[in-house]
Amino acid sequence: MNYAAKHIHKNYLNLYFQVHQPSRLKKFHFFDIGTSRAYFDHDLNKAIITRIAGNCYLPANNMLLKLIKTYPEIRITFSISGTALDQFALYAPQVIESFKELAETGCVEFLGETYYHSLAFLIDEEEFKTQITQHSKKIQEYFGVQPAIFRNTELLYSNDIGRTAAETGFKGIYLEGIEKLLPGRNLNQLFKHPQLSLVLFLRNFILSDDIAFRYSNRRWSEWPLTADKYLGWLENLPGNQNFICLGMDYETFGEHHKAGDGIFRFMEEFITQAANSPKLEFITPTQVMELLPAGETISSPGIISWADVKKDESAWLGNDLQRDAFASLSRLHPLIMKSGNATLIRDYRYLQTSDHFYYMSKQTDDDGQVHQYFSHYNSAYEAFLNYMNVLADLEWRANKELVKETRLRIKKRIIKHKKRKSG
Amino acid sequence: MKILTFGWEFPPHISGGLGTACYGLTKALKEENVDIIFVVPRAFGDEDIDLVNASQIIIQDPQEEIQPLKEKKKYNAKEELMMVEVPSSLTPYSESGIWEDANDIKNWNYEINPEKVPLEIIENKGVRYQFSGSYGPSLLDEVKRYGEVGGEIARQYDFDIIHAHDWLTFPAGTAAKNVTGKPLVIHVHATEYDRAGEKNIDKRIIEIEKKGLQAADLIIAVSYWTRRILIDHYNVSPHKIKVVRNGIQEENIEEFPSIPRIGENIVTFLGRITYQKGPKYFVEAAQKVLDTFPETHFIIAGSGDLLPSTIDMIANLKISSRVHCTGFLNGEKIQQIWSISDVFVMPSVSEPFGITPLEAIRAGVPVIVSKQSGVAEVLNNVIKIDFWDSEALANAIIKILQNKKFANSLKTESKKELELLTWNIAARKIKKHYHELCSKTHT
Repeated sequence: MNYAAKHIHKNYLNLYFQVHQPSRLKKFHFFDIGTSRAYFDHDLNKAIITRIAGNCYLPANNMLLKLIKTYPEIRITFSISGTALDQFALYAPQVIESFKELAETGCVEFLGETYYHSLAFLIDEEEFKTQITQHSKKIQEYFGVQPAIFRNTELLYSNDIGRTAAETGFKGIYLEGIEKLLPGRNLNQLFKHPQLSLVLFLRNFILSDDIAFRYSNRRWSEWPLTADKYLGWLENLPGNQNFICLGMDYETFGEHHKAGDGIFRFMEEFITQAANSPKLEFITPTQVMELLPAGETISSPGIISWADVKKDESAWLGNDLQRDAFASLSRLHPLIMKSGNATLIRDYRYLQTSDHFYYMSKQTDDDGQVHQYFSHYNSAYEAFLNYMNVLADLEWRANKELVKETRLRIKKRIIKHKKRKSG
Repeated sequence: MKILTFGWEFPPHISGGLGTACYGLTKALKEENVDIIFVVPRAFGDEDIDLVNASQIIIQDPQEEIQPLKEKKKYNAKEELMMVEVPSSLTPYSESGIWEDANDIKNWNYEINPEKVPLEIIENKGVRYQFSGSYGPSLLDEVKRYGEVGGEIARQYDFDIIHAHDWLTFPAGTAAKNVTGKPLVIHVHATEYDRAGEKNIDKRIIEIEKKGLQAADLIIAVSYWTRRILIDHYNVSPHKIKVVRNGIQEENIEEFPSIPRIGENIVTFLGRITYQKGPKYFVEAAQKVLDTFPETHFIIAGSGDLLPSTIDMIANLKISSRVHCTGFLNGEKIQQIWSISDVFVMPSVSEPFGITPLEAIRAGVPVIVSKQSGVAEVLNNVIKIDFWDSEALANAIIKILQNKKFANSLKTESKKELELLTWNIAARKIKKHYHELCSKTHT
């Protein structure tokens, strides 16, 4: 307790970057159903991964490595989805190598999430846990550490999701620091789950989005954002602050904001100045849990997330197309699992990636533009029909698999029977 | 006997049933020794029959002011074609992918903007219109200019009777009659009431239709259903209308790759996804069938302005995993769909004739059609329902799916009925009417 109290005057700064790439689907026509054609667009995915590796992952990792060498007190937190890792391994293995180098500095923490960046918590609890475990294993394999803190897909969170994370062995979880959770309370501190000892890390979305969304927006009153100015905001937050969590897509660097807009220089300056600031100290979630008390509780009976203005599940399940596509996916769960076929199960899980549903959003406002930015389809309907065709093929394969198995079983029984007779 | 015929499209450059019908009829009439001068706004040169290309006809003094759209350099055929090409997104049966232009489409039936037909000025001679012959934004102007060309062609050719197919050609037919005094046959394949429904009719099109019907010496309707519409909505005198039904071309038996069946029972809708074709009632029936038989699969093949709202409806009813939208299909793909279909449904709100059910029958698929269609008048071995009665439609689908014996009898018996629906029979009837018209005008 005393130890913690000693640190209270300082603001701890947690920088958390989300690294995710979905495996995008090919154009899959109605006539492809039942042909067992591949679902995923190898060429498109390769092109995108290679591009972003060059624009973002590699230069950003190099920058962080360099900075950490100069300022070993820097701490960075990453959450890397399994679908991203799989694609790095296939198309840009040097990205994995450079994350390994970062891991070796000891200044980096890796978070747990679902391997497939999925909404599995809405499908089946066991499925959800399986995907989390699969992800943890992968992180252990690549980076030699077991994630201790959880971050659900797109910061989707509820009390129940928190409970499942705790049951899976996590000590803390990230969520969006939305106002309705903590009316009148200071967001920049550690909280805990209403029933469990699970620590809640709240993303300060205003300060995060100043970089992630607004950095290169020339119509923003604060444009251009300089490291000095930004640091000033962090150092002079009103009230008794002690834990500031800045979370954003890692692709913010060089992809969402282009290098030409000065985003790398900005980050380099900001991180350097923060490392030198007497008022700020970099920290990872596991470390801060040991230093600071998580006193107050926060309850979120409903689902919240970091997406769109609504900050709930509506970015993925907001319209009929999304809901019925997801319901159709969920209904297949028992059938796919029953098939026991590893390829089918893998494809099924890849189809759970939240992005597939994100593309089906029909919003036309600013949020809609963000959806459109990330989508390789011309419209929500196109995304929907394509997905439904793929799902129909998957169901077709699963049914075929079951028929095959049944036949095999009958055959075996007949052979047994014959043997017994002849024996 | 020589007939000056005005059409709008001709195979292989077709986007709907009109071109197919014109082709079938023209071929059959030729076999009956009727001479046909067939005019289209734009000929491509690869058609089966010699066509008069209205885009080649020089008009000496065009109506209204002429404003060339572009300063012309040298005449360049290819450039010319590029210039007149109208975005394919607007054609009812565009060959582009299902989604390529879907966002721009407001009205899949016709998009009518005040755009003008581009034209070419030929020094000391007059002008030549560069028709698209499709259904693009300059459609109304094209129809009007095609009328001018109709008058000019009438001056240049010798013939006994004028025959105009659908409203697009009515001004041309009427102009030809005004120039020569020859009798005019107006052939109605569809009316604006069928396409748009009572609420959405385009008054300008109705006006053109009415004028043509008035000028006609004889009106051919493709069904009694259409005859009724002409009498009720266009105030045409009943004795001026003769009903001559469409035929169906003989099948081109071509091999096509087989496709896997997505399920045991497959029910198909194939046609434009527009108000006229009643996709909504198909979806309503699908839901009712799925309530009892959740493993049934439904195919919606086609595209149109109602595709997005149809998809919304399917998703809203939570049946997307059983209702598959294929987008626009043609050729081999249609054959493949027939090959896996157990039932074909045409729930049209108003269908003057309906060639698709005949094609389904020919491919061996049992058929359900709405009573609000021309084919319902001629086929006995199909199930007929009111388009709005999705309960009855669902029951009919279930009956066909469950009772294989019944399905097979529909299949074989309806196929026999096709024999009575040939273009030769239609051509003979029309030839008879031509003769009557000629003798009337000669006496």
